[in-house]
Amino acid sequence: MGIEHVSGKNKGTVMLYALSTCGWCKRTKELLREIGVEFDYVYVDLLEGTEQDMAMDNVERFNPSGSFPIHVINDKKCIVGFKEKEIREEFR
Amino acid sequence: MTLIEIKSDDVAATYRILQKEAKDGGYQLNPDAEFTKNLVAGLMKNEQRYGYRACPCRLASGRKEQDLDIICPCDYRDSDLNDFGACYCALYVSDEIASGRNAVAPVPERRRPRAERGNQAIKQTFSLSSSPVSALAFPVWRCKVCGYLCARDQPPGICPICKVTKDRFERFM
Repeated sequence: MGIEHVSGKNKGTVMLYALSTCGWCKRTKELLREIGVEFDYVYVDLLEGTEQDMAMDNVERFNPSGSFPIHVINDKKCIVGFKEKEIREEFR
Repeated sequence: MTLIEIKSDDVAATYRILQKEAKDGGYQLNPDAEFTKNLVAGLMKNEQRYGYRACPCRLASGRKEQDLDIICPCDYRDSDLNDFGACYCALYVSDEIASGRNAVAPVPERRRPRAERGNQAIKQTFSLSSSPVSALAFPVWRCKVCGYLCARDQPPGICPICKVTKDRFERFM
């Protein structure tokens, strides 16, 4: 399992790093779908070996605590956690 | 990594057990049954793929000695319940949230980042003479999950209070 694409309104590149077992990651994914924004997501726990290491390096580059969910916007900005208000604001 | 599916009947059964255990220990599960069952399914998936119930909202390494602190209930549960009214994944919540008086909100990560963690395995078999309180007749062991203390040669196999295993104890005195 690798990167999955969800189509929607283009608001720049949005990459969601999530865990397949996490409730907050699920809520974040559902919120992005509800807002209708185009995004990619990857379940980091389902990656293995160097693929997982590379994904974690990316996560930690934006979020040193290495926590999930995190979505990176245009490879510049990130929102860590299920911050509903902030996420809605971002994609208005 | 193959996708693991857990049957909804099995999730419901584990959910009921966890609910009872929580209640017996003075804890409460998140009242949002759908959200909570999803976390329980995550715990069960982790048990299948790693061999232990690692927190569903944290990335487990798959090496038990490195993941001991995030085996549910995790070492951070009680502190997060005190400070935020919920544990990190929100499986456990405070009375206020359980009764609906307050809503659950995301909890910041308290666990140290990967690069700072190193090997967390703690040696439990050092000699009494290395203790500052060497006059004690027995070493004192502390459960890192619930704080239970006991004075005996070795920690108990299972914590009598929160039911975590022996490897979650640290030498306290």
